[in-house]
Amino acid sequence: MSIFEYAPAPESRDIVDIKPSYGLFVNGEWTDGKGEAFKTINPATEETLAEVACATDADVDDAVAAARAAYDKVWGPMPGRERAKYLYRIARIIQERGRELAVLESLDNGKPIRESRDVDIPLVAAHFFYYAGWADKLGYAGLGPDPRPLGVAGQVIPWNFPLLMLAWKIAPALACGNTVVLKPAETTPLTALLFAEICRQADLPPGVVNILTGAGETGAALVNHPDVNKVAFTGSTEVGRRIAESIAGTRKKLTLELGGKAANIVFDDAAIDQAVEGVVNGIFFNQGHVCCAGSRLLLQESVAEDFLARLRRRMGTLRVGDPLDKNTDVGAINSAEQLARIRELSEIGEAEGGERYTAPCELPERGFWFAPTIFTGVSQSHRIAREEIFGPVLSVLTFRTPDEAIAKANNTPYGLSAGVWTEKGSRILWMADRLRAGVVWANTFNKFDPTSPFGGYKESGYGREGGRHGLEAYLDV
Amino acid sequence: MSNQPDPVRLSVRKTYKLYVGGKFPRSESGRSYEVTGSDGATLANASRGSRKDVRDAVVAARKAQSGWAGATAYLRGQILYRVAEMLEGRRAQFVDELRQADGVTKKTAESYVDTAIDRWVWYAGWADKVPQVLGGGNPVAGPYFNLSSPEPTGVVGVVAPQKGPLLGLVSVIAPAIVTGNTVVVLASETKPLPAVTLGEVLATSDLPGGVVNILTGYTAEMAPHLASHADVNGVDLTGVEDDELARSLEVAAAGNLKRVYRPGAAAEDWLAEPGIKRLRAWTETKTVWHPAAV
Repeated sequence: MSIFEYAPAPESRDIVDIKPSYGLFVNGEWTDGKGEAFKTINPATEETLAEVACATDADVDDAVAAARAAYDKVWGPMPGRERAKYLYRIARIIQERGRELAVLESLDNGKPIRESRDVDIPLVAAHFFYYAGWADKLGYAGLGPDPRPLGVAGQVIPWNFPLLMLAWKIAPALACGNTVVLKPAETTPLTALLFAEICRQADLPPGVVNILTGAGETGAALVNHPDVNKVAFTGSTEVGRRIAESIAGTRKKLTLELGGKAANIVFDDAAIDQAVEGVVNGIFFNQGHVCCAGSRLLLQESVAEDFLARLRRRMGTLRVGDPLDKNTDVGAINSAEQLARIRELSEIGEAEGGERYTAPCELPERGFWFAPTIFTGVSQSHRIAREEIFGPVLSVLTFRTPDEAIAKANNTPYGLSAGVWTEKGSRILWMADRLRAGVVWANTFNKFDPTSPFGGYKESGYGREGGRHGLEAYLDV
Repeated sequence: MSNQPDPVRLSVRKTYKLYVGGKFPRSESGRSYEVTGSDGATLANASRGSRKDVRDAVVAARKAQSGWAGATAYLRGQILYRVAEMLEGRRAQFVDELRQADGVTKKTAESYVDTAIDRWVWYAGWADKVPQVLGGGNPVAGPYFNLSSPEPTGVVGVVAPQKGPLLGLVSVIAPAIVTGNTVVVLASETKPLPAVTLGEVLATSDLPGGVVNILTGYTAEMAPHLASHADVNGVDLTGVEDDELARSLEVAAAGNLKRVYRPGAAAEDWLAEPGIKRLRAWTETKTVWHPAAV
């Protein structure tokens, strides 16, 4: 099948000014990390973008002390309406510097500029805008009569939506009157460091936001620090479980947003082309590096063949390549490590008897790439139907009745999200009642909004981010 | 004007007009009335709005209403925040106007202006939270999805407080428009000038024309036409100080069962955090049922 020829439409990277090296952002100042600096690379080209400081236990001490002092002296006592105005300032600066942030995000993460520009960054600004408004209205949130902040929050975020996850963590924490120490992911620290500059531009008081770069050890030191009152983590279920174990007995408040293996369920009466688009978006959006990705497609048997033919045809039109090209649909895999995991699980999928189809596309020579892939003939016992692949790989199963769809959809330790495709409204709501998942999308997928709570059931974690419910994670109520 | 004349150049005075449909027309009646400062000196001749001006303003408010209500809550919030940004930029001008109108000290005037700016910010934050606080799912005893959501009442006629020509005015406009209503406001009769200047702020804040319409003139002359207008859905009688007039306006409002908001007899403290009474006053609750079944 022929696809349209597109001329390259690269977004200019002149708008970003990446420094050769970055320090830690502690108490409103840049400081050298005491650990050994590491490099962050562009996963689309493997070029080094910058050298980044690594925070040690002593750096974590300093950052937590700065956050504590800011909490006690400045941010905790500050009236909500004044906190609100700082957050509005931050939201406005993010809007003003939106393109710069989008390009930097795509460079460091590998995601298509169309997504960082049109999804990530606008949602980041909206999230700050939304929680800014809550800062002086916490008594109206219905969570309790006397909502108070918790203190210092230690926050650890993943690499798939670097700045968006930062916003989900920092905006509600600050709105509720807490101060934060945040550790961005090792492979995607750059937008968090630019965010530190934005805090300075907004004249945010020193110590309210502290950014520590580093790897797993830095994160462990942060969440285990005795003067941290609240821990928030987004990442793998494995690490989330370890954090829950390690802080057990400390009375720290914990929220976890972990892995998923969402079922995207298509009934025979669904608008098929619309459902194909939704399934493609559900699994190939952000290279499948999405905890709520629709990574299990459940097709009603009577339409499975037709649906799969259309899905393969659609996959053939996906454009994989340069994340900074405005026509790109699927960008680079974030790291060599993640690419290895996706390859390994895909090979296991074949070995276990799944039938593999890979979109016919040319991949660039350098960088980390994985072509959009689906497996048919998958059964529930296959590892690719059970484990989170966190890449552009879709496992296809079939069902005959709504009860069977529910049983299969819920047959996973995860419970983050689910999708239902049918023209029948009553069936959507019947399904939604029975799906053990924190978010159910109907005739759409991967929709996010600051007003809408997001988070999982079961081993996808606990606590909600976004919306009125998202305040609870940062309040003593 | 009370400004000291410049010895070298003569200042250019502003003509204070109405604010209707995003434009600044004079009263169609061609009338004006003298507005004096606290010291009795003439400040300006304000437009004296007529029945026809009220009706034109209602037409403008109605025309703007569905589009404004249809804008996302996020956008309405951002526009209200933009109003705060624009007002902050004119802080000094409003401080001067309040001092002239009210005879208050600079410090008092500043606290009114600052609170007015922050009030826009406060209400901006409510845009996408009102449905979350006032709405919600209802656990009906049956297999049904059941959701209640607040929706705007429609066009609201507002008699703005006679005292508090800026802060009081902002405190009655913002809670009505943030949820998607549009308003026709009768400004303080004796201190209307800050209201007209606020119109200039609104006109440069990305607020669609017609969402806020501000009329100056005699309250007792215009208010009955607003209260009896069949295309107005609610009236806020905060600025009606005469009990007999208030009663007759409520009678007129009953004609098409307008929602009426009339605060208690005690004077309102505009500097205090307002609560959500006024927000609630201009919403209707809509409940949707849908079966949940295979």
